[in-house]
Amino acid sequence: MPIYRKSGRFIGTFVGFISVRGRITLQFLKKDDRQMGKLYEELSKDYRLKEGLKTCINCGTCTAICPAAEFYRYDPRKIIDTVQRKDDAEIEALLKSETIWYCGECMSCMTRCPRKNAVGMVIMALRNLSTRLGYFTCSEKGRQLYPLSHALNGNILEYGYCIHPETFRMEDHPEAGPVYAWHLEHREDSYARLGANYNRPGPGTLRKIDRQDLDELKAIYDVTGGTERMETIDRYSEEKAAEMGMSMEEYMEYTFGHCSPGHFNDE
Amino acid sequence: MIYQGKQKIWSDYQKDMPEDGWFYARSCIRQNFFPASEKYFLTICRDVLGKDIIDNEHHTTCGGISYHSDTIPQETAMTIVARQFSIMTECGCRNIVPSCITSFGNYTEILETWREFPELEARIREMLWKSCRREFEKPEYVAHASDLMYKWRNEIAERARYRLVDKETGEPIRVVEHIGCHYSKMFPHKGIGGAEYPCVLSGMINSWGGEMVDYPERRHCCGFGFRQYLVKANRGYSISNTHKKFESMEPYHPDMIITNCPGCPYFLDRWQYVIAEMEGRTYGRDGFGIPVFTYEEVAGLVMGYDPWDLGLQLHQVAVEPLLDKIGVEYDPKAKYLGLNRKDIMKPELPKGLRCF
Repeated sequence: MPIYRKSGRFIGTFVGFISVRGRITLQFLKKDDRQMGKLYEELSKDYRLKEGLKTCINCGTCTAICPAAEFYRYDPRKIIDTVQRKDDAEIEALLKSETIWYCGECMSCMTRCPRKNAVGMVIMALRNLSTRLGYFTCSEKGRQLYPLSHALNGNILEYGYCIHPETFRMEDHPEAGPVYAWHLEHREDSYARLGANYNRPGPGTLRKIDRQDLDELKAIYDVTGGTERMETIDRYSEEKAAEMGMSMEEYMEYTFGHCSPGHFNDE
Repeated sequence: MIYQGKQKIWSDYQKDMPEDGWFYARSCIRQNFFPASEKYFLTICRDVLGKDIIDNEHHTTCGGISYHSDTIPQETAMTIVARQFSIMTECGCRNIVPSCITSFGNYTEILETWREFPELEARIREMLWKSCRREFEKPEYVAHASDLMYKWRNEIAERARYRLVDKETGEPIRVVEHIGCHYSKMFPHKGIGGAEYPCVLSGMINSWGGEMVDYPERRHCCGFGFRQYLVKANRGYSISNTHKKFESMEPYHPDMIITNCPGCPYFLDRWQYVIAEMEGRTYGRDGFGIPVFTYEEVAGLVMGYDPWDLGLQLHQVAVEPLLDKIGVEYDPKAKYLGLNRKDIMKPELPKGLRCF
């Protein structure tokens, strides 16, 4: 959001609230940082923007149907409005903001948009660019990419699954309930009881994925930018952790579990 | 609207699915939390009904959860899926049937994007060759596993041991549904009945004797939201959305919930436990919750399989009140036994939610 003095002089673009070790401060992007058109040009190369944004009429149907807008201080209509204006200062502010990380990518917006736009896909393009440029560490919700990347990409490359019982920690998932705690504790027996082929070669549920298949997944990550993306997330996260005076273990725990005030509609 | 017009619109949302040549792509989440559901999809459709479905060990995750959590680029997600297509091609299959709704949405989105931007498909083919020395044919047809069970629902009904009927009153069991968002919200014409009137689950329920009950938030997201559940700090989003659905369905007194998504049955089940523990609020009768089922679990019950073979002991919400209402036979003492009736102890019982 651009901020002006009473005289009408442009001060800068309000990027968002930054919480560093419990202190909340405002962050502005100065006028000199603006580069007209370059960020939008980058954004427009993303196929999800090409598919997801054609001719928005700003009717607000997406906001009305959006589960995230009901919960967070989030308005998908305004995001599309900002992107359509193609003002790089505003887009940069968006890329550094909390708001692009509120969407749940359920794509309910895509169903109801009278112009068949998909805000969820535009959000994916914005998040992609924010990650590439390292802007994601400017927001609390963006910084959550660090634990997400380690958990999901770690499981994919190690086991061939997004989620795996060997890395599922009950202390991180108390909602899984006592039945799942029991199941995990006795997982070899419990999965065998249910006909799974747990951690064994051959087909079947939760089979052990062959080394050769895992090597192919790793090669795909290397060739397509997946590995580079993981390294980018790590590099910017390490810089941010140092700035916040945290070790990477502390940063992992903090980004995974901490929620500052100010995200919700009813606050 | 004239009747013929309605018929024309409805015909746009029907699927003419092939009978054979299916490659089964498993779901990461379902294998973890509902391991018996995938087993019984194959048992019922392949072994009992004799359908042609291949289960091959060399496919992996489709990467969809990572893609929708924004931790990998689009090209990585597309190339992982291209590799799945390559394995499908190697197996001599023409059609792919993912167990996961996120995968179904992912495959559908990728094929649509390639159709619109053929140069991207060419680039992904190059990347797959460079990384894995693989080539592939695109599937002729992509169906979700629930689509196939819908297609064969009457064959299942013909073999049913039970019907979804109250054994005392003869009244149909009251069922509410929850359909995964990525089934048809992105591409309505890819789902049976589209996004507004999907009948993939209601068709099964009607065929097996139950009564589908409407409720205001029927199409609302379960609240998974990928990063909104996976990151502990965000889970208020997830439980708030699920809570909204429970409050909406409770006045209609459903006996059960049926789902076709990997995450949804987990959230609808576990958040009932959490709400009961946090607020002492339960949505079923007499302190129980509303039991939540995958469509394979419901098919398995109807066909007379043992509830504990179907994995219903892994639900946190007790299923026994529903089993008793239908008259399904089960051994309560066998619920938590391991293979060959091995004693593997029992889980603790929740404090706020009535369980066995």
